[in-house]
Amino acid sequence: MTHDEMLFDYLLRLGDTDVVFAHRLGEWVGHGPVIEEDIGLTNIGLDLLGQGRMWLCHAGEVETRIRGAGRSEDELAYLRDGGAYRNLLIAEVPNGDFAATMARQFYFDQWHWLLLRGLARSANSRVAEIAAKAVKEVSYHVERSTDWIVRLGDGTEESHARMQSALDLLWPYTGEMFAADEVDIALSAAQVVPDVRALHEPWLASVAAVLAEATLTVPTGAWMQGGSGRGGKQGVHTEHLGHLLAQMQFLQRAYPGAQW
Amino acid sequence: MSTEWPLWEVFIRSQHGLAHRHVGSLHAPDAELAVKNARDVYTRRNEGVSIWVVKSSDIVASAPGDREALFEPANDKVYRHPTFFPMPDEVKHI
Repeated sequence: MTHDEMLFDYLLRLGDTDVVFAHRLGEWVGHGPVIEEDIGLTNIGLDLLGQGRMWLCHAGEVETRIRGAGRSEDELAYLRDGGAYRNLLIAEVPNGDFAATMARQFYFDQWHWLLLRGLARSANSRVAEIAAKAVKEVSYHVERSTDWIVRLGDGTEESHARMQSALDLLWPYTGEMFAADEVDIALSAAQVVPDVRALHEPWLASVAAVLAEATLTVPTGAWMQGGSGRGGKQGVHTEHLGHLLAQMQFLQRAYPGAQW
Repeated sequence: MSTEWPLWEVFIRSQHGLAHRHVGSLHAPDAELAVKNARDVYTRRNEGVSIWVVKSSDIVASAPGDREALFEPANDKVYRHPTFFPMPDEVKHI
């Protein structure tokens, strides 16, 4: 693969993860435990959607450099099948209960913040600019999910038990965030992206500190989904993504080019 | 669940130099999350630069029944209004 082909793939990973994650958070509309939380979760979803748009938009520009014609953000989001999606598996895991949604958010936010901080120092100025804008939003996401982990973990007996089982359930999806394949390695050697493997140590330290405050236990399972180089980043997804895309893409598939 | 969470009154300052204004209320389990919820519920459209929250139960209000005693005496004291002075057009926020 050429540098631009790898960059295109990497931008899809970033953009698809944001867009799929945003869709999951959007599923909470009207279902939040209280209206304040309903709005809070969907605000975060909208932040991610905005970031996803910037990444996919740039992916389309890079695709133009590669093939002479690039797809728009909408074409990339609405007209690709599941196998062409490059999102992390953790983004497509169903919401579950509020604890599972928060565990997923917490693991992801902690990683997302570290990654964006690294991307903000990218040798690619466009990547650095998008990341610098996004990291401000994600700083707030981190605070919010951290607050909830502490309150639910150090809350009632039931909230503690549900929070712990949610953390255990989502744990196998965390390994993929730090697994580097040839694209990650080559782009990090070119100083375009941070070495994702080096993010694991600070991530684990933050997660462990929050879970200790929340009287929760860091899961210890070693087996990881998609950690073997065959995961979401390579287009190998869980059974859940197809259902999500069927709903998300329905309108553009049924009424091509529809606008409102 | 919401009935177990206390109610908070939210005050937003829209720009530097202006006072915080009451914008509404919300439910939250504690003060920190009340500020975060206020951020999400009341500042989504760039309304503010500062947020105050205060527990609704901590607000001491005048009793509606005392209205006559408290406010009517001011009705006929027109000389307390500064309406007898011409105000320059450039003076704002009066």
